[in-house]
Amino acid sequence: MIPVEHYVALSAVLFTIGGIGFMVRRNVLFLLMSIEIMLNAVNLALIAFNRQPAYMNAHSGQVFAFFIIAAEAAEVAVGLAIVLSLFRIRKTVRSDEADLLKN
Amino acid sequence: MNNLGYVFFYICAFIAVLGAAGVVLAKNPIRGAMGLLMMIVSIAGLFLALHAEFLAATQLIVYAGAIVVLFLFVIMLLGPSATSPSDSRGRIPRTIGGVLFGVLGLAMTGAIVATAPKAAAAMASPAAGFGSVDAFGKVIFSAALVPFELVSALLMVAIIGAIAVARGHTKHEMAHRSPGEYLRADDVPLADPAGAPRTAGGLTRESRS
Repeated sequence: MIPVEHYVALSAVLFTIGGIGFMVRRNVLFLLMSIEIMLNAVNLALIAFNRQPAYMNAHSGQVFAFFIIAAEAAEVAVGLAIVLSLFRIRKTVRSDEADLLKN
Repeated sequence: MNNLGYVFFYICAFIAVLGAAGVVLAKNPIRGAMGLLMMIVSIAGLFLALHAEFLAATQLIVYAGAIVVLFLFVIMLLGPSATSPSDSRGRIPRTIGGVLFGVLGLAMTGAIVATAPKAAAAMASPAAGFGSVDAFGKVIFSAALVPFELVSALLMVAIIGAIAVARGHTKHEMAHRSPGEYLRADDVPLADPAGAPRTAGGLTRESRS
């Protein structure tokens, strides 16, 4: 089997790509997708660490990842609803034009 | 067998990074969603290699089956306006943010690679049935029972919240507002004692007669 460091390094790379996307993009849809990438990277690290001998056969990391998946489904549902609502009001999907609470 | 594991890992890792880069670089949101799908499927493959069979199935069902499809629905509802035109406003702070995050992420990855032992110990094989629906379900319904039930409440609240936020208002509701009530952020109150025409913040609005 592959050492756990490989998985953690891949997880770090994916998290970085998602974070850069979140910083650079302005389309709200891409922001949500970047959050998805980062959460997936975190799930990968959790499940890889679950294979360490100390946590073996406890499933703690997998249970944590399971709850992250559930929370993320909720987050995306509400986030996309907000995107639709923003589009209905402002006719835009850009995050820098979502300034309805300004002033 | 050992080498096959490495080949599988590197293929999945390559596709995952490719998909993630596709999300970040795509102009068209549909392409972005497809990149996300690529990444999700390859990460499900990595879950399989990590003996997390149940989570691999969950990943495919919830992410590929529900979340990506939800993204596609919203992109198609928005139509062409889902693609925002590029302009250079705020380019410098965004670039600074991206570069900073990239440097920090590279430092993190470098630290992981540098601190890895030279001859990293291969992961031990788990007990038979590790990560299967059977073993995972036993944990979920014993040790993690309370959070599991709370998650069902969270999903319920999220559904109700999503409906409440995304739904529009019917003409009937718009016509029977109480004076001064705002149903939407771009609304103007109905009753205007002075009778002056109202405009709110330069927003375009359709006439309601």
